[in-house]
Amino acid sequence: MTLLDQPTALEVPQLEATKKRRWTRFVLPTYSWLVIAYLVFPIVIMIFYSFNKTIGSMQLVSFSWNGFTSQWYHQWSNVPGLTASFWLSIRLALVSTLIATVLGTMLAIALVRYRSPRFRGKGAFEQVIFLNIAAPEIVMGASLLGLFVTFNIGRGFLTLVLAHVMFSIAYVTVTVRARLAGFDTALEEAAYDLGATPAVTFSRVTLPLIMPGVLAGALMAFAISIDDFVTSNFLSGSSVPFPVWVFGATRVGIPPQVFVFGTAIFTVGIGCAILSIVLARKKA
Amino acid sequence: MASATQKAVGGKYMSIGATKATESKAPKGARSSGRAGKIANLESADVEFINVTKTFNDANAVDDLNLRVEAGEFFSLLGPSGCGKTTSLRMLGGFEDPTKGRILLGGQDVTNLPPYRRDVNTVFQSYALFPHLNVFENVAFGLRRQRIEKNEIKRRVGEMLEIVDLPNYEKRQSSQLSGGQQQRVALARALVNQPKLLLLDEPMSALDAKLRRQMQIELKRIQTQVGITFLYVTHDQEEAMTMSDRLAVMWHGRIEGMGSPKDVYDNPTTEFVASFLGASNLLAGSIVSTSGSRTTIAIDGGGTIVVPADRVPDLGGSAAVKVGVRPEKIGILPAGTAVAADHNSIGGRVRVSTFTGVGNQYIVETTLGVEVTAYAQNIGHQLAPRSGDEVVLSWPVEHTFTVKPLPTTVEINETEGD
Repeated sequence: MTLLDQPTALEVPQLEATKKRRWTRFVLPTYSWLVIAYLVFPIVIMIFYSFNKTIGSMQLVSFSWNGFTSQWYHQWSNVPGLTASFWLSIRLALVSTLIATVLGTMLAIALVRYRSPRFRGKGAFEQVIFLNIAAPEIVMGASLLGLFVTFNIGRGFLTLVLAHVMFSIAYVTVTVRARLAGFDTALEEAAYDLGATPAVTFSRVTLPLIMPGVLAGALMAFAISIDDFVTSNFLSGSSVPFPVWVFGATRVGIPPQVFVFGTAIFTVGIGCAILSIVLARKKA
Repeated sequence: MASATQKAVGGKYMSIGATKATESKAPKGARSSGRAGKIANLESADVEFINVTKTFNDANAVDDLNLRVEAGEFFSLLGPSGCGKTTSLRMLGGFEDPTKGRILLGGQDVTNLPPYRRDVNTVFQSYALFPHLNVFENVAFGLRRQRIEKNEIKRRVGEMLEIVDLPNYEKRQSSQLSGGQQQRVALARALVNQPKLLLLDEPMSALDAKLRRQMQIELKRIQTQVGITFLYVTHDQEEAMTMSDRLAVMWHGRIEGMGSPKDVYDNPTTEFVASFLGASNLLAGSIVSTSGSRTTIAIDGGGTIVVPADRVPDLGGSAAVKVGVRPEKIGILPAGTAVAADHNSIGGRVRVSTFTGVGNQYIVETTLGVEVTAYAQNIGHQLAPRSGDEVVLSWPVEHTFTVKPLPTTVEINETEGD
């Protein structure tokens, strides 16, 4: 008897709880969707106007609806300076991400694994990493310009790579270090124990296990590099990256192809995000 | 302490000295053959620690350790946490460098070899299975490093998983395994390389009591089957006694007692061993006289106890000693019963009588003013004394041992870990 009674006794307070929560349960979803709308709305506007016709011979974006066209997607490479600057940005982001990821990962491992007697100046290093993230970019850009001018180094792709690597390293280091913090060093000892040299241990055990952190750091470095304006504007010289070109164009008016490139970058980003979610689900 | 080790190791001390002399002449050759040894391991394996000391922050974790483990032996290092047992094991595995001394493996000096050049494999306390690899790749990891042919790897991994009773688990991820299964995979991953020596660092500490008992029997079976030397580190005395051919009890970086579990248990040579390994009644006293094979000791509270003369350790001139007897060796008789010949006896009154299922445990307030614990098995034909009853405790002289008292009162409470 008592066993039969128990479920009902448990159900009653549960019912009351649902009744009480009736309207409050909408708060979180509503709030979430509002935030998402807030973040996505500007992008939707951009995508929307990338399908807009232009009036007159200038072929510049206007924010009044002139009718649908996919013309700009067909003529995406019709603005010579824009296409060149876009490819420059892609190359710049790839090269600087690669270098920053390698250096940043190495730095993260050193910061986690080694202490004072073997790694002197570790504390100073950590402060520099923090400063690197916290320092205003305008200061970095201006001082880098001063440096390159003082030493008479011509501004171009090389100086851009140097600058982008410099401000990306810290992000990679912080991300990889977070991943390494929970790393069980017994796993590396186990690899040594099974006959793996330090190099093999790194490539077969350590690197695969910190790979999610390394990839996240690389993604961050890429994203920061591809849309960097402040530093790049100081250092571009004759090679003009995409954001600097777009900013320059706004003075006369921007060609609709800018929106096409913007939409393309956004789509690739979304694609990567979806892919990573799918892969994560598959693994779990 | 020194006498304890010497007594247990006996003549082997001499052989260590001899090896030392020959080894130091050809360290280079020893090193290169050690490298080859990772692949071909045909010589018999034994382990020697020669005057090994390991210092962490000015404290000796391992203090002048001399130890020899014979080929094919199941040897346990037993002791409370911080006694230096794990440090000793890690030095053997190559994960710590000795501050002083040398370590030999199968006669070769491996003191300065990195772990990946030593023909030793380890089962880690946390198992340390590679989470990004499945069971097959975990077990095959060591074989792949030796560039063994694919089909051979497949065969050996399959065979080893069979031995640890995990057939058809190749494709599983280690996160999908239970604690006991993970431990078996860790064991297979180490054993598949056919090392000279397998190191086991408290591999059972994460298992529950029932599984642990099951794995103890299993582990002993596997060791007998593969015939590899096992060096087992544990704080669990029951575990060490169940599986070991020989064991060493460590404390403060030194070996306090060494020998077969039965020897060390029945004839502990130091106060620490007597209290750490099982339970002991220890009565302080001083030596009165020795005649023939018997030594008489006057107990501080009054009365005398007779012990076999050959069990009196070297006391360094002092007469102060502690007499010990294991609770289960004591017979409980009603007061006034005549005591058999060649038996010690103490009168007393039962203070506490506890039924523990397999037996009765009595705490008896003796006439010497000390409490003595006695233990009687529940075999049904004795009348169990109750608290308040006057009794005589009696045990054969042969079951009495003596130990050198510790200089000061030292806490020995770490007997049972987790």
